[in-house]
Amino acid sequence: MIFTIAIKELRALFASPLAWLVLTVIQVVLGYGFLRRLDDFLQIQPQLTQMASPPGFTELVAAPTFATAAAVLLFAVPLLAMRMIAEERRNQTLTLLMSAPVSMTEIVLGKFTGLMTFLLVIVLLVLAMPLMLASGTRLDFGLLAGLTLALLLLAAGFAAVGLYASSLTAQPMAAALLGFGMLLAMLFMGETAGDSLRARGWHLPAAFIQVFSPLKNFEPLGRGMIDSYAIVCALLLAVGFLLLTIRRLDGRRLRG
Amino acid sequence: MNPTDPALTICARGLSRSFGKHLAVKPLDLDVRRGEVVGLLGPNGAGKSTTMQMLTGNLAPGTGEIRICGIDLLESPKLAKARIGYLPETPPLYRELTVREYLELAARLHRVTKARLADAVSSAMAHCGLADVGRKLIGTLSKGYQQRVGIAQAIVHEPDVVILDEPTVGLDPNQILDIRRLIRELGNRQSVILSTHILPEVEAVCDRVQIMHHGEIVFSNTIAGLREFQSGRTMIVGLQHPPAPEALAAIPGVEQVEAEGEGRFRIRFAADCDPSAALVSAAGANNWGLQQLTPARSSLEDVFVHLTQDNPDKAGIPA
Repeated sequence: MIFTIAIKELRALFASPLAWLVLTVIQVVLGYGFLRRLDDFLQIQPQLTQMASPPGFTELVAAPTFATAAAVLLFAVPLLAMRMIAEERRNQTLTLLMSAPVSMTEIVLGKFTGLMTFLLVIVLLVLAMPLMLASGTRLDFGLLAGLTLALLLLAAGFAAVGLYASSLTAQPMAAALLGFGMLLAMLFMGETAGDSLRARGWHLPAAFIQVFSPLKNFEPLGRGMIDSYAIVCALLLAVGFLLLTIRRLDGRRLRG
Repeated sequence: MNPTDPALTICARGLSRSFGKHLAVKPLDLDVRRGEVVGLLGPNGAGKSTTMQMLTGNLAPGTGEIRICGIDLLESPKLAKARIGYLPETPPLYRELTVREYLELAARLHRVTKARLADAVSSAMAHCGLADVGRKLIGTLSKGYQQRVGIAQAIVHEPDVVILDEPTVGLDPNQILDIRRLIRELGNRQSVILSTHILPEVEAVCDRVQIMHHGEIVFSNTIAGLREFQSGRTMIVGLQHPPAPEALAAIPGVEQVEAEGEGRFRIRFAADCDPSAALVSAAGANNWGLQQLTPARSSLEDVFVHLTQDNPDKAGIPA
């Protein structure tokens, strides 16, 4: 059932020009950045060879590209997620799902899966850029795997937040702004709040607030380091907001 | 009536719902048997849609319980919902899908198995006259066709209970006839509840009618009962020298007198007491000049208006 809904969402995404536009813009922005970094890398390569243990192509070109992709997702995901629930509410099509023998959890997970599948396409396109050069340079596949996983986890968190924002209003545009606002607030507050709390010796709240620091959780994996706590935090963010979304939709049925 | 009766497809008890302080639906009972078409009639805002939303699990009831074919809707919503087909006021259509794609989605969501999927969709399309537009995008269809897609969506999984909220709204007369024929057909095999404020529709397709007003069921009877309800108990009296209405009201059996001008009065009388004879003799004795004495063949419209207008005397209406 989740799968059926996911496919429906994916079709809806690809039926709208927005999804194609987002894919194009992301590809242009990231492609341009990738080529510039590649250019820089080729220029400094002679100096790098003189170093004892020089950073490679993956670290100098691929990693920053993934970091840019993370920033682009910050804008793209709320835009992609905005219609998923808000527009169904505005067009009153949510009734089809709500009257079907499908639980609210399945509806939300279906929508999330659909969105994640689309985001997976974006991540794979990002990954394809460094992979294209595999024949010409030595790639650090471990680091690339870490970067891919980090970006997927980040996208999952963003997607859950975007879906929740979409469930709060019947106006897709308002949902996009709301989702973007929530993500931005997390970035601004989340990144520093943990440090300042830790500086005061409040380790438990600091550990908790790390759930709301998506970029902070992106970082270790992005350096090729498996920080299980960061991974758990990234998953918690996604799960937490999915639960909120389910609650929100259930509440609509109660309140009317 | 026994709530576990197997012939009962819908059994609601004490169903109510309020929005904030506003009591939209006052506690009501509703029974629908297999093979029955029940019309839920009422002016806008009477609580018809709210009731239907509750019956389909789209809105949690404030109080009460709902059983669909004996399955508690609130306790096992998935099992119960699988037996319901619902067309809401606004058909839940995805404009970017073709008719066939959309109906396949609706069938899958209602757990129609893969093996039966194509057949189920084709048969729903044939029933609703959609066979020629299967490949068209829903967004490009006319309102009438969209409404048909909405109905097809509600019956594609062959539910035991079909709930249609104003199914013929926005259709042209020919389409309305088609849809009514379809509803009648559905009613032979399944149970149908439809809401409407168009009376001929109820007359044409329903076996029973429930009239809702201000969140209450104010009338519940068969169609024949509805016709009899008032027409048998009202008459028109025409007098050349009309007295004051009070004089007419004083005649035994007369419940209510409405002056219609030019010496004509509409007189309502108690069910078991026909005051015609008393009226004739009173008219002769008082020289009122009796011109006309006819039973008022009031249309369903009159009954409806009478039941749902806000006058204080409707308190005595049997429910």
